[in-house]
Amino acid sequence: MSQIRPLKLSGLEPLVITPESNFVNVGERTNVAGSRKFLRLIKEEKFDEALDIAREQVEGGAQIIDINMDDGLIDGKEAMVKFLNLVVAEPDIARVPIMIDSSKWEIIEAGLQVVQGKCVVNSISLKEGEEEFIEHAKKIRRYGAAVIVMAFDEVGQADNYERRIEIAKRSYDILTKKVNFPPEDIIFDLNIFPVGTGMDEHRRNAIDFIEGTRWVKENLPYCSVSGGVSNVSFSFRGNNPVREAMHSVFLYHAIKAGMNMGIVNPSMLEVYDEIPKDLLEHVEDVIFDRRDDATERLLAFAENVVGKKKQNKVDLSWRENPLQDRITHALVKGIDTYIVEDVEEARQRSDRPLDVIEGPLMIGMNVVGDLFGSGKMFLPQVVKSARVMKKAVAYLLPYIEADKSNVRQSAGKVLMATVKGDVHDIGKNIVAVVLGCNNYEIIDLGVMVPPEKIIETAKKENVDAIGLSGLITPSLDEMVYLAKEMERQEFSVPLLIGGATTSKAHTAVKIDPQYKHAVAHVNDASRAVTVVGDLLKESTREKYKSDLKLEYDKFRENFKKRSKVKSFLSIEEARKNKYQIDWESTSIVKPEKLGIQVIEDFDLKKLENYLDWSPFFRSWDLHGRYPDILKDEKVGEQAQSLFNDAQVLLKKTLNEKLLKAKAVYGLFPANSINDDDIEISYQDNSEEKQAIFRTLRQQLKKHGGKPNFALSDFVAPKESGIQDYMGCFCVTTGFGTEELAAKFEKDHDDYNSIMIKALADRLAEAFAEYLHKEVRTEKWGYAADENLSNEELIKESYKGIRPAPGYPACPDHLEKLTIWDVLKVEEKIGVKLTESLAMWPAASVSGYYFANPESRYFGVGKIKEDQVKDFAERKGISLEKAEKWLNPNIAD
Amino acid sequence: MILDGAMGTMLQEYKFSEEDFRGERFADWPVSLKGNNDLLSITQPEAIAEIHRKYFKAGADIVETNTFSSTTIAMADYKMEELVHELNYESARIAKKVAQELTEENPDNPRFVAGAMGPTNKTASMSPDVNDPGFRAISFVELQEAYKQQAKALIEGGVDVLLVETVFDTLNAKAALFAIDELKEELNTDIPVMVSGTITDASGRTLSGQTAEAFLISISHVPLLSIGFNCALGAKQLTPHLEAVARNTEFGVSAYPNAGLPNAFGEYDQDASEMAAQIKEYLEKGLVNILGGCCGTTPKHISAIAEIAKDYEPRPIKKNPELQSA
Repeated sequence: MSQIRPLKLSGLEPLVITPESNFVNVGERTNVAGSRKFLRLIKEEKFDEALDIAREQVEGGAQIIDINMDDGLIDGKEAMVKFLNLVVAEPDIARVPIMIDSSKWEIIEAGLQVVQGKCVVNSISLKEGEEEFIEHAKKIRRYGAAVIVMAFDEVGQADNYERRIEIAKRSYDILTKKVNFPPEDIIFDLNIFPVGTGMDEHRRNAIDFIEGTRWVKENLPYCSVSGGVSNVSFSFRGNNPVREAMHSVFLYHAIKAGMNMGIVNPSMLEVYDEIPKDLLEHVEDVIFDRRDDATERLLAFAENVVGKKKQNKVDLSWRENPLQDRITHALVKGIDTYIVEDVEEARQRSDRPLDVIEGPLMIGMNVVGDLFGSGKMFLPQVVKSARVMKKAVAYLLPYIEADKSNVRQSAGKVLMATVKGDVHDIGKNIVAVVLGCNNYEIIDLGVMVPPEKIIETAKKENVDAIGLSGLITPSLDEMVYLAKEMERQEFSVPLLIGGATTSKAHTAVKIDPQYKHAVAHVNDASRAVTVVGDLLKESTREKYKSDLKLEYDKFRENFKKRSKVKSFLSIEEARKNKYQIDWESTSIVKPEKLGIQVIEDFDLKKLENYLDWSPFFRSWDLHGRYPDILKDEKVGEQAQSLFNDAQVLLKKTLNEKLLKAKAVYGLFPANSINDDDIEISYQDNSEEKQAIFRTLRQQLKKHGGKPNFALSDFVAPKESGIQDYMGCFCVTTGFGTEELAAKFEKDHDDYNSIMIKALADRLAEAFAEYLHKEVRTEKWGYAADENLSNEELIKESYKGIRPAPGYPACPDHLEKLTIWDVLKVEEKIGVKLTESLAMWPAASVSGYYFANPESRYFGVGKIKEDQVKDFAERKGISLEKAEKWLNPNIAD
Repeated sequence: MILDGAMGTMLQEYKFSEEDFRGERFADWPVSLKGNNDLLSITQPEAIAEIHRKYFKAGADIVETNTFSSTTIAMADYKMEELVHELNYESARIAKKVAQELTEENPDNPRFVAGAMGPTNKTASMSPDVNDPGFRAISFVELQEAYKQQAKALIEGGVDVLLVETVFDTLNAKAALFAIDELKEELNTDIPVMVSGTITDASGRTLSGQTAEAFLISISHVPLLSIGFNCALGAKQLTPHLEAVARNTEFGVSAYPNAGLPNAFGEYDQDASEMAAQIKEYLEKGLVNILGGCCGTTPKHISAIAEIAKDYEPRPIKKNPELQSA
């Protein structure tokens, strides 16, 4: 019975090389001896770009990356450790094993001490004698690495068949017998030397390597054979078609003989079967040394082989343009590949590093701004431009700091914050990025920022404007509070209001009167730049402010008039006009399984078909329905591009399970009581308990016999004697979002940072949709035979509803506390409620389930003080508290 | 084989005060010592011995020494670097003494002591500073020296096996294994070594980002008595990772999970029968050779696990599992 002992290596992921494995390609662009560009980057300590080279190789299919820092002008040990430390911090690079390549033992050992995975040492040999060879091999074993052994001994490098097998055999025996080195961890490099050099002693270089390989694989069990392939064609430099053919032919035969790994440049490789017959014959004559005149014949033939240029997929012709054009192009197109290179060139041409920002970069960004302003560029593109700009600025920053002579003139300092209790920041981040691109200095305080901190920072930093954002209704009061505080503390800077819950009406009626200086509602990122510009520029400032004040004043007037026209019912009257369901004849289905269920580690892939993309585009200021938006005349192209980027990130997120989805839901016996409340019973530690959901009722006077709805109308009243049911739930897909976004931000990649949050939000909605379907068709099972398409789901054509507290049918956020209590949401799945009752992580959805076929979505609209009072009493809270939470719904 | 359960959980019941931790000897120590559980081997040796005894009585074949943090690196917080040798030596002695007592009571059931070597509180392949990913708070050589000192004292104190545990950064473990390998050569001993990693989240990776199989490959250069996982997850969540390791190794496989996942208060509330029921799956699938408990487990858990395990054969250890060709 023969054993198989595979060569096992590891980065963050395993690499197991068995005899059945395909040829393992080692990336070698991160080798200062092999890549002039890499050498330059290391010399100039541009480690970020050096990392990009490593990343490109892994993305390009390298299964191991070779790292070499042997150069007389750099401190190899320091460079190796520094670069490896950075590599292991990049999961997309570090997933593959590392080959630590050096001729100096101290560099190898330093490398082995910083890599957790099982590496390959490249290389050791008998060159300095057996003693050192054994010592090093022992150490390598102790560090847990595989090793490349060069066919080199005290006498010199093996350059023929006999010497190759002699050195290989001796090395193998020492390693396996004296060092107890596992044979599968030995990789021989049997020296690939050039052929076709015109010198007789080189004629057998290829064939001896191939035959040597065959002998080693047959006689030295379990080991591997590797080599650098491009050497073989060295004498044909300048004639790529011939070189490519030589590489293919050589590799084809060497792999057959047993070579199983090596360094091959994939772009310098012809497909063996596509080598023209005559060229193949001439090449094989040389590789196998089949004729005395093989080299002459190939040389003669080579002159006729016209180099066909390989089609380059990426159009790089813009790289030929003058510097400013290149920088502008990179900014407009959002290409960050060359920006540091170009910025460095600009820096060298400038007197001061700051001039690069104020000159070429700002010229480019102005083009972006103009295109955006004229609707020829769209938000996602601008965010991509910002990513390029940020990279450029990040590169310049150390130079600017070193050059103390000047202070950068920004267009103004803007403080941005999502207010206390609120966690939503997609819109705020977009505005911050767009302003940042336009040379504003942004102080972004993040989410859940307490008012004291906003005030304090604004004072300390002496900001020129404050921007507040929020998505949930309690945030509106926070904004009002801040406006009051700014007035009290005698601020004079403009206050900008934005976020999904804000409105011109609220800003005009509630916020603007609190602050005598400028208040502007900016709900459209593309407007932010003009508004801030007008508010800060000395020439426009005063006029813009008084125009704004006037506008809001008028708005308030009209608003008051309008609200006066509306007439309301008292809460008692409204209750009399409730929606009537005939409880005797209506269908009530008892849930398949009552009680509380938790779903953990839900596979997000199941949600792909439930995603509603239209709101996703909306969050990027692209308006239209999906999928039509992709073909839209105006924004179609951009929507498609955004959609593609989203798909890439979505795939990565799903495949690598970067986000975690969890859910908890419960289905309970329920009856409505006292018209507007719903009583449920549930088990808590096997103890039967009751909980009561308080609903709010429409009070606006209806015409044409329309009822005044409350959610309680959809559940059978207790006095009917009919047992009814309802449910509630919370789903989240937000765990992991913060970390990912932070990672992107670290790379100056706001685009993907915003993208991941937008995607997480969509996934959470999709999860809610999915779970609702599960509930309808199985868990509760009241619509077991429904069969709806995704579009129908989005149109909400299903039976039953899942309204969410804080939304129109039940605007009271406080009800979430009851849901949290009943389902033990935080304990079970970790979703928390902030002081404003926003859910954290932000990508979460919670709500109720109502199954009655007559249940429907509606908006409570404005309610009157009598209901507020009644509600406070029912709920057992103070009137002030009720007013605070229901404030946005209370009619004036 | 059955390993013991949590030391920390048991110590909590004693509700030791700052004074109890200090004892007379450290009454004037300049920093607070409450929470330095390893120190109790010196100041409250009876309690430590008692816990070992309880675990043995519950059915454990091996107990772990109370030395999870007894390295110069982890003890720096308490300014107790100088005491590292004594801490390890005393902890090993206490456990060994109890093991010998019980072995004498019943020679058919020999009891063993594993010298616990924790991960320390620093990581060699990750930066603690997000803004400087190339920075390292500790080097391989520093870890190697600290581990060597710990392992030496444990061996001198009489442990039967060394257990490098709760590995969240494989490079830390490699430094420990490097040190042990050197020590074995220097002392000319062949003390067995166990390694137990920890998978920190449901993505199935260690904190330093490796998959279970990559972790296995990275430390398989040293002959091990066993490899496996402990802590972080409950028994149920650990199954796929144990499968990944069991399939690919010639070493024994160990598992000592937590008592379920922590609840909202950070407490582990899975009871003994529940945990044992989940562990049954390992046994039915033939995944493990060594079983025990980590955070939140008590002698009750160990006794329940031992009870269930006795009905099953341990996982067969074969050379080159799944890799043999006909």
